[in-house]
Amino acid sequence: MAEETVAVKSLPYADAVPGAVLDADEHSVIVDRDKLVDFALYLRNEEGYDFLSSLHAVDYLGYPGRTAEDRFEVVYVLFNTKKGGDELMMKVRLPEDDPELPSVILVWPGADLQEREAWDLFGIKFKGHPRLRRILLWEGFHGHPMRKDWKEAYYEADHKPFKSRWPEGHYRWSEDRAPWGDNVNYPRGWDPTKFTPPAPPVPKIHERPVPEGGEKIETDVIVVNMGPQHPSTHGVFRMIAALDGETVVGLEPEMGYLHRNHEKIGERNTWIMNIPFTDRLDYLSSMSNNLGYVLAVEKMLGDKARPPERAEYLRVIMAELTRIQNHLWTIGFLLNDLGAFFTPALYTIEERELILDLFEAASGSRMMCNYMRFGGVRRDVTDDWLKTARELAFNRLPRKVDEFDRYLTKSEIVMERTIGVGHLSAEDAIATSMSGPMLRGSGVPYDVRKARPYSIYDRFDWDIVTNDGCDVYARYLVRLGEVRQSIRIVQQALEQIPEGPIMNKKPAYSFRVPKGDAYAAVEAPKGELGFYIVSDGGDNPWRYHVRAPSYINLTSLEHMSIGYKVADLIVILGAIDIVLGETDR
Amino acid sequence: MFGSGIIRGLGVTLKRTVTTFTDDVKRVPSRYINSIDTPAGKILQQPPEVQGLFTIQYPEEKRQLPENFRFIPMLVYEEETGKQRCTACGICSKVCPSQCIWIVRDQTKEGKPIPRPKEFYIDASICMSCGLCAEFCPFDSIKMNHDYELAVYDRFPSLILDLEELSVPTSYYAALYPAAWQEEQEAKRIKEERKRARAKKAAEAKAKKAAAAKAKGETKAEAKPRPKPRPRKEQKDEGADAS
Repeated sequence: MAEETVAVKSLPYADAVPGAVLDADEHSVIVDRDKLVDFALYLRNEEGYDFLSSLHAVDYLGYPGRTAEDRFEVVYVLFNTKKGGDELMMKVRLPEDDPELPSVILVWPGADLQEREAWDLFGIKFKGHPRLRRILLWEGFHGHPMRKDWKEAYYEADHKPFKSRWPEGHYRWSEDRAPWGDNVNYPRGWDPTKFTPPAPPVPKIHERPVPEGGEKIETDVIVVNMGPQHPSTHGVFRMIAALDGETVVGLEPEMGYLHRNHEKIGERNTWIMNIPFTDRLDYLSSMSNNLGYVLAVEKMLGDKARPPERAEYLRVIMAELTRIQNHLWTIGFLLNDLGAFFTPALYTIEERELILDLFEAASGSRMMCNYMRFGGVRRDVTDDWLKTARELAFNRLPRKVDEFDRYLTKSEIVMERTIGVGHLSAEDAIATSMSGPMLRGSGVPYDVRKARPYSIYDRFDWDIVTNDGCDVYARYLVRLGEVRQSIRIVQQALEQIPEGPIMNKKPAYSFRVPKGDAYAAVEAPKGELGFYIVSDGGDNPWRYHVRAPSYINLTSLEHMSIGYKVADLIVILGAIDIVLGETDR
Repeated sequence: MFGSGIIRGLGVTLKRTVTTFTDDVKRVPSRYINSIDTPAGKILQQPPEVQGLFTIQYPEEKRQLPENFRFIPMLVYEEETGKQRCTACGICSKVCPSQCIWIVRDQTKEGKPIPRPKEFYIDASICMSCGLCAEFCPFDSIKMNHDYELAVYDRFPSLILDLEELSVPTSYYAALYPAAWQEEQEAKRIKEERKRARAKKAAEAKAKKAAAAKAKGETKAEAKPRPKPRPRKEQKDEGADAS
C-alpha cells in the first residue's frame, strides 16, 4: 500500500484530478478513460492547453508488449497557444471488446471531425458526440479499415517490398487478383437484394434571427448540394447547405471522395517509400509535406540523423518558396471565387511557375518534389540555380507582390465582398483547432516556426503576420503578409547558405527506426502539418498519422457560414484554402 | 473617381500586351532567347527576367527541361558492347513505393543465376515518377527518362514497358544527362587511372622483387604468374551471353 502511494505521488497532475493519470513519461500522460473529461477540463482551464492539435487512434494489435486489454490507444496532442512550448500527449488506452470513451468535443470543439475520423477508421466510439457518423468513408462501408486485422481488396502482404516483384517477378495485373476486378471487399453473407442504402446526411438547421422591428416570416428551408462536382469547391468536396431565401441556415460538409487511406498505405510502405507519398497529400506544397515527415522520422532516429548545414538551409529555402507559391495560388483563386474569373489568378500563377521551375531544376519535378531525405536533401543545387533564386527573391517577387497588393487590396469589390464575411473570433479559432493563416487571421499570433522552432528558423529575422479582422479579408491580408515574410526568410537564407555536404551519410534504402512514437509538426502553408509516427523497431511504420490542416480547418466551416449569403459560402471556403488531397487523405 | 479601377485594370492588361510584344521583338530578355530550333518545334527557356506573356504554344513550342527532370525510368545499356548495365540485383524493385517494377533474373541451363535481367517490366500506369529507383541503383543502370508524351489508347499492354522498350543506349543517356554523364566518365577515368597506377606499381614492385630475388640467386615459385580468377569468370559470362 505504501509503495503504491509513492508511485502515485510521483505522477504529474496527481493532485489536480486524483486517479486520472495512470502512467507518464516525458511528453505523454496515460489517462483513465472514466476521468478523461475532468482531466481534459483541468488541462484546458488550469494548465493552458487550449489547442487540441491532433486527435488520433492507434491499433496495437500484435505490437510487442500489448494485449487485448490495451489494444487501442487514443492520442490527444495538446499545445499551449499562449506560452508555446512542446506538445503534451494525452493517451487513453482502450480494450479490444469495448472501445468506447467519452467525447471531448465540449472541452475542445476541434475534436469534432477528428473523433468522427477515429470512429470511421478505427471503430472507436465517442460517447456524447452529437453526430458520430462516418466521415471519410460512406455510411454503408463494411469494417474499420485502419484496424490491423482489416485487409484491403488487393491485399498482398503486410509490408512492402512484396516478394512477388523480385527475383521472379512475373507481371500480374492487380485487378486480376480481386474478384470481379473491383477494389471492393464484400462482407460474408452480404445480399444485394436486401441492401438499403443509408440515408443521406441532413444539415442541422440553425434558427434565423428575426431582425429588430421586423416580424418572422414563415418560409421553407431549401437544401442545396454544392459539389462534389463544383468548380468553387477546389476539388471534390460537397457542402450540403440549408438555405432560407439566400441565407445559409445550416451546413454539413461531406468529404472523402478522394480518400485512399493514405495512412494504411503508409503502414505498408517502408520509411523511405512514404516520402513520395507525402507529396500527394497537399499537392500544392509538397516540399513542406516532405519536411514534416522527415522531421518526424529524424526525431525518432535521434541526433545521428541531423542534416548538415547546407541541407538545413536548402530545406528552409524550399519550404518558404513553397509557402510563397501556395499563397500566391490561394490569393489568385480567392479572387476567382469572388468572380474575377482567372485574370488575377493567372497573374499570380505566373510567379508560381517560376518557383516551380526552381523546384524542377532541384528535385526533378514541379509538384511531386520528393526532395527531402532523412538526414539531408536529395540533390545539391547549382550556382545557376542560386543565381535564379536570388533574382526571384531579391528582384522579381517583391516587385510582383507589391503589384498584387496595389491592384487587389484596395479594390472596392474585394473589400465589399470580404470584409466582415466568415467571422471567426480568436477564441473560436483556437477552440476549433484552426491553424495557419486561419488562426492568424483571427488575431492569434501563433506560428509553429516561432512557438516550437524546428530546423533553423530561429536564425532568421522575420515576424508573425496577424490581423484582427477575423474575416475573409483578414485571411487574405495575412497570406499577402506571409508572402513578404517568406521572401525575407528566403533572402536571408540565400545570403547565408554555406558550402558543404547535403547528406550526413550515404542514403540507405532500407533501415530500422527505434521503437517508440513521435509527433513532429511544421508550419505548412495551410497550417500546422503534423506527423505522428509509431515504430515497432522495424523497417515500416507501425502507425503513420497525418495531422492535415486542410481537414481540421474545416471544423469551423459550419460555424463561419451560418447567417451569410450563399455566394459568401464560396468565398469562406476559398479562404480556408483546402486541398482535397490532404483533406481526404 | 467612379470607374477608375476599371481603367487601371485595363491599363495592366495593355501594359502586358505591349511588354509581350516588345519582349519578343527585342529578344533580350525574352522567352525566345537561347531557344533551340528542332524539326518538331522550338524549345524555349523561361528566364525570370522575362516580361509579359508566359504561354508556351505546346506542342509547337516546348519548354526546355532541366537535366534532373524525371518521368518514367529507362534502362541504360553500353552502346559499344550491347551489354545491359543492369545486374538484376533487385534494389529498384525493393525501393519502389508503388511496387511497379517486376524483374526476372536470368539463369544458366543448370539453374545458376546470371547477373542480368531476363525480363524487366515497369508498369508505367502506376509508376509515380518518384525517382527512388534511379537514386539507389548501384550500377547506374536505371535512370529517369525525359520523354513525357506517353499517351496510348489502352492501358494493357501498352503501358507495361518491357526490357526492350525500356532499354536505351548510353549515347541517349549522355544526351539527356550531360553533366551526370561527364561526372560518370570522370569517375570512370579516375578509377581506371588508379587501377593502371596500381597495376604499374604492382608490376614495378614485382620487377624489383624479381630483380632482388635474381640478385640473391633465388628463382623459385614467386616468379610464377598467379592464377587470376577474374578473367575466367568474365569468359564464362560471355559464354552464357552467346548461349
